[in-house]
Amino acid sequence: MKWARTTAIVFLLAVSAACLLANVIAPASYAHQFREEPNVSPSRQHLLGTDDLGRDRFSRVLYGTRVSLLLAPAAALLSSLLAAFVGGIAGFAGGRLERCVMAGTDLFLSLPWLFLLITVRALLPLNVSPMVSVLITFAMLGCLGWAGAARIICADARALAQSDFILLARASGSTGFRLLWRHLVPNLKPVLYAQFWISVPVFILTEANLGILGLGVAEPLPSWGSLLRELEGFAGISGQPWQLVPLILFILVVSSFHLVLTKEELPV
Amino acid sequence: MAQPTIVWKFPTGGIDTLSALPKLAAKILITVLIGGFLGATLVRLAPGFGVDEGELDARLSDRSIQALRETRANEPNLFLFYFRYLSRLLHGDLGTSRTLQRPVLQLVDERLPETLKSVALGLALGWSAGFLLAVAVVMSRAWLLDLLGSLLVGVLLCLPAAVLAMLFVLAQAPARLLLGLVVFPKIFRYSRNLLARSSALPHVLTARAKGLGNMRVLVWHVLPTAAPQFLALLGVTVSVAFTAAIPMEALCDIPGIGQLAWKAALGRDAALLVNLTMIVTLVTLVANSASDMMGKTFRASEP
Amino acid sequence: MKKALASFVLLTLIALGSNRLLAQSGGELRFCLRSEPKTLNPLLAADDASETVRYLTGGVLVRVNRLTQELEAELATSWKVTNAGKTITFQLRNGLRFSDGTPFSADDVAYTMQQLMDPALHSPTGDAFRSSEGKVETEVLPKGRVRITFPAPIAGLERLFDQVAIMSAKSPQKELAVLGPYFVGENKAGSYLILKRNPNYWEKDPSGRPLPYIESVRLDVQQNRDIEMLRLTRGEIHFINSLDAEYFDKVVAQDPSMAHDAGASLDSEEMWFNQVASSPLPSYKKAWFTSTNFRQAISESINREDIARIVFRGHARPAVGPVSPANKLWFNAKLQARPFDQKSALQRLAQDGFHLQDGVLRDRAGHAVEFSVITNAGNKYREHMATMIQQDLSGIGIKLNVVTLDFPSLIERITDTFDYEACLLGLVNDELDPNAQMTVWLSSADSHQWNPSQKTPATAWEAEIDKLMRAQASTLDPKKRKADFDKVQEIAWQQEPFIYLVNKNALSAVSPAVHNAHPVVLRPQVYWNIDQLSLTSEVARNR
Repeated sequence: MKWARTTAIVFLLAVSAACLLANVIAPASYAHQFREEPNVSPSRQHLLGTDDLGRDRFSRVLYGTRVSLLLAPAAALLSSLLAAFVGGIAGFAGGRLERCVMAGTDLFLSLPWLFLLITVRALLPLNVSPMVSVLITFAMLGCLGWAGAARIICADARALAQSDFILLARASGSTGFRLLWRHLVPNLKPVLYAQFWISVPVFILTEANLGILGLGVAEPLPSWGSLLRELEGFAGISGQPWQLVPLILFILVVSSFHLVLTKEELPV
Repeated sequence: MAQPTIVWKFPTGGIDTLSALPKLAAKILITVLIGGFLGATLVRLAPGFGVDEGELDARLSDRSIQALRETRANEPNLFLFYFRYLSRLLHGDLGTSRTLQRPVLQLVDERLPETLKSVALGLALGWSAGFLLAVAVVMSRAWLLDLLGSLLVGVLLCLPAAVLAMLFVLAQAPARLLLGLVVFPKIFRYSRNLLARSSALPHVLTARAKGLGNMRVLVWHVLPTAAPQFLALLGVTVSVAFTAAIPMEALCDIPGIGQLAWKAALGRDAALLVNLTMIVTLVTLVANSASDMMGKTFRASEP
Repeated sequence: MKKALASFVLLTLIALGSNRLLAQSGGELRFCLRSEPKTLNPLLAADDASETVRYLTGGVLVRVNRLTQELEAELATSWKVTNAGKTITFQLRNGLRFSDGTPFSADDVAYTMQQLMDPALHSPTGDAFRSSEGKVETEVLPKGRVRITFPAPIAGLERLFDQVAIMSAKSPQKELAVLGPYFVGENKAGSYLILKRNPNYWEKDPSGRPLPYIESVRLDVQQNRDIEMLRLTRGEIHFINSLDAEYFDKVVAQDPSMAHDAGASLDSEEMWFNQVASSPLPSYKKAWFTSTNFRQAISESINREDIARIVFRGHARPAVGPVSPANKLWFNAKLQARPFDQKSALQRLAQDGFHLQDGVLRDRAGHAVEFSVITNAGNKYREHMATMIQQDLSGIGIKLNVVTLDFPSLIERITDTFDYEACLLGLVNDELDPNAQMTVWLSSADSHQWNPSQKTPATAWEAEIDKLMRAQASTLDPKKRKADFDKVQEIAWQQEPFIYLVNKNALSAVSPAVHNAHPVVLRPQVYWNIDQLSLTSEVARNR
């Protein structure tokens, strides 16, 4: 597994470098439409062909990776930390606090947050820049995506609170935040990593789907989500395999994240 | 060699169980009502509430458009709306859907079974595949299987739901099973990590060292330790499945409450949305409360 | 010569006859609805799905033949418009019955008109008849005649009855008792409808066989267009009535005989600027949008040919104005689509004090020209159009922000808050007659999108349009009406309140199993002659 992890790290670094250097590497602007060449096959000029509007797909993949690779993990981290905070404290404290927090969490899971997202879009000025729009989208996803994991973390924390090493720590004089941070949280890592790793692709895809509400990236800024939308419908089975490159890249990056995090998990 | 003894502890005495249930029911009821109110608030405050697509119909006269607008303006403020809704609810009237022009009770009655079917199938598939794969990965301790499992999960997480739906349609597979693919990655990932951690506990290592077989170790030592977390996961996946049913039914045109919720959201149909929010809240609370209760009844001990 | 003519006639007769011979009775025609019908009451039908059911089940007095665009007799054998366009008298067919056996008479027509003109009924069908205030009088005359008198003349009155499905005054089944070729047999809400052949349908084919040929019609509710397309390719459905350009090309690739392009449709895609004085826009932007030069310059900067070629894959044509060239009767043939000319656009803008500075267009006061265009999210074609316009306008230094919104949010902005700058939407035209666009062109109307509900016209040209639209609506002289409406089109072309972009083609796909289908431009494109469609014998045998 060590070699797999090393490969994953190298791959992630390469992808990060490529997208950070997109201004240098990209053969064309992600927005420029080559109107005489819509939907063309890969060529020297267009390594991954062009999309429906004649925009160079390779350039769009580079710039789109920059947006998604930066923002989705940040949002996933935010949701994981919120889940850890809420679930960890509730499970550790137990009793009435746990019951109230979990009831609140269940309520949070059930509400139609779609309308909050629509309201946020309405409050934003129409001329907000695409980057700001996508930043706000991912921030909102991070703030809204913690509830499911919080429940599991709470159950986990509850079980851990009764474990021997916690009792030992208490007996040694460790209390409150110190107990939580130094003894409980490290043992919650497996669940937190699972939550983080799952959230990254979920948020990327959710960002794409939020386009239907006017959130997410605005044209012409690309993101993985908007690139993946090309695959929906018949386009995905149209016999143009180069259209799958964003999806393959997406899968490889997400899998690499997993492999990088695997070392921190308990050995099988 | 002495067999480990698992003690399944149930709530002590019938009286304790009985007294806990009314409290739980009351808690669920209050939370559901709060959920309905908050759902109504979100809808009411959302932009586009109170407008109708018909206002853009150039065939309508100005009087008709005004009449359309007045229908919206007649809807009372939020608190009044909710109060009237609760009064009607006591008489079994869930209101009328503005977008579909039919009683909400009728709509829910027709569509809830479809969603329940999809959720049940989806959970069955997701749990069978996810849990079994996690068990296989942890018990076999084969890194290749772990890697392949993770890759599979990665692929499923990364595939847009619309693409998955398309693949199902192409393969002429029942679209309901799509939900299984939505919950499978979460179940596999969490299960794998929980089982892996439980497998590394000292008493499990001891049991292995003493020569117990994999199945015995799994059933008598690993699973009981992680049972509360698995039950919590079960509760969460029920709510995840219900939430995932909305886009799934909208994509695959399955006439369940998920599709209804999507239409209601796009049409800002407050009556429908309040009811659906309450149904989802109820399901989530019941599932999670049940899993909490079951979790509390387990206690494993060794002689 | 005579021999040749005789041969031709004979061959035609044989062809027609053989068509009939091939036309087997029976079978189930299947196609999809994009949403479930909101109502089965024909008088209230306003959405596509409800109108489909109405078309298939409703019996009308007269019908516009979608192919020839001429009016044809249906339940009425003849009609006469008198009293300067205020009165219409129908001679009804005798001996007809509703689908449940209830006899049809002039009383049913009177009942339907009474329901239709109920002031509490707010529907597109009823509103088309509301020429002015006042009561509509319906008289049942002897010998199966009925006379309807309106308070004011209605131009094109007879054609409006194409949309009025006659309801039974006496049937216990109410709106479910119908006079059309089919009746609603089964309705699984949200899933499908099955329409069954009306055993009492009045029409027969030339050989005396009762119509319709097809035994039943199954309408599946299918919103997902990809699944609809897949079902067509698998033979699970028989046609797609309105096909997107992307799918059309796939059908052509698979089986060219299935693909039908009837040419430019009546629909158009357009963009407009917010000219509402009370809108919450900064005053300098209001000044831009209310300037004719500005709007014309924007129009000239948009490459419509590219939009038609790229977004609609060649299945569209640059739009000229409010009327599509497909509307041969009313289209002003003197007008041409504005050519793509950014140099001319910049010259026009210079007249208003705009200038380019470091590649950025600025107004007289130095404000950089930047604005947003809203459109409905989820419509790939509109999103693409907006993105192409974004690039076009960047060529003259304008920054356009494309904002996609969910439909209710968009409607709120353009009808209530007026908190938007530009909007890109489409106009669906079902009617040929310019009266159908009355509420768009009258400045006092709610559908006058760029500046609705004006108390008095804000500009001289809008006042002129008001005058012309009222004039054409109040005369029966077709030449006068055409002249007036031509002028309206000229003003619209000149002033560009709507920047018309393209007219999409009417695209459809029909399985070879369906006989006698002749897809046209007018809705419903494919099944307009539903009672004469038939399925191949193999299909009929299998059903």
